[in-house]
Amino acid sequence: MTEAAVQIEGRRHPLHAHAPDAAASAVTTHAEGQQHPIKLYLVVWGWLFVLSACSYLVDYFGLQGYLRWSLILLFMVLKAGLIVAVFMHMAWERLALTYAILLPPVLVLVFVAIMVFESEYTHLIRVLFFSQAA
Amino acid sequence: MAETALTNPGQSPARTAGLKGIAADWSSDQRAFKNVSWGKAMMWIFLLSDTFIFSCFLLSYMTARMSTTVPWPNPSEVFALTIGGHHIPLILIAIMTFVLISSSGTMAMAVNFGYRRDRVKTAVLMLVTAALGATFVGMQAFEWTKLIQEGVRPWENPWGAAQFGSSFFMITGFHGTHVTFGVIFLIAIARKVWRGDFDHGRRGFFTSRKGNYEIVETMGLYWHFVDLVWVFIFAFFYLW
Repeated sequence: MTEAAVQIEGRRHPLHAHAPDAAASAVTTHAEGQQHPIKLYLVVWGWLFVLSACSYLVDYFGLQGYLRWSLILLFMVLKAGLIVAVFMHMAWERLALTYAILLPPVLVLVFVAIMVFESEYTHLIRVLFFSQAA
Repeated sequence: MAETALTNPGQSPARTAGLKGIAADWSSDQRAFKNVSWGKAMMWIFLLSDTFIFSCFLLSYMTARMSTTVPWPNPSEVFALTIGGHHIPLILIAIMTFVLISSSGTMAMAVNFGYRRDRVKTAVLMLVTAALGATFVGMQAFEWTKLIQEGVRPWENPWGAAQFGSSFFMITGFHGTHVTFGVIFLIAIARKVWRGDFDHGRRGFFTSRKGNYEIVETMGLYWHFVDLVWVFIFAFFYLW
């Protein structure tokens, strides 16, 4: 790509960040970027309220065990998904960006698994050591 | 690959979608995220690094909590409030959550009005977002004050495992700092929008460059991220 081409591309992008056919719609400068109906944001906002209320009720009713954890994680993932997909516009981004952003945090789960084993081991050692000392 | 080369500036060829599109973008020897501006890509990369920091905090908290032999305090009771004679568990955190979610809602709408070039609505919605964020920080200050008065310290607390204090102050403190900086940035950008900087091409004081309304979305990404982190803190710190 020539220097000039880079410059032209760079200049065009900020205004037409989400229109691949930017050249075609370049005339209308008022309809660019993330254009979605306001209703969509209100609906997502409502759902986030409902899901948060559900999370709170899990604690309020004092649910325990696997039921508690599956509900907490379910509501958490749904809330996070709505925020990232709609509020942060990830649903409309280029796949190359979406994967670059979403995959690395998923890999953190490996770290989580490692630390679960590690903490269980530490706990075991502490129980053994402290019970001997007592 | 033919579809990767954008040699003719006059017309941009149709970009491939799906996995082929990802391969084409990444192997293009140009910018990887086609049609994504630098400002937005850099904010996403910053947020990714921030994700790792918060992950490490939550992970070290999880490790401390799972490996301690001393009972962990019950957050449901620790963060309970007595309102009008009723003892309600975890109510403070629930209210804080609703406040932060509402701020995310107003921010999303601000971004939308920004792209419609509705100067006044964008600025007002951003200021409402900032006000809700400030409310959140205020409630957090109240929460901290209450716990400090009850004797919670980074090295001890009256209800059990000492690690509760350090985890609490570290995680909520770092999140609260993010919210505080967000409020400051929101007010700064709202002022620019209100003044019409992005309509008149006024140059920025610090960068001496002309900005555009996309900064509202970039700001929004940061703000929604703060809300997103709270979703995880709410689940792992307060509901566990």
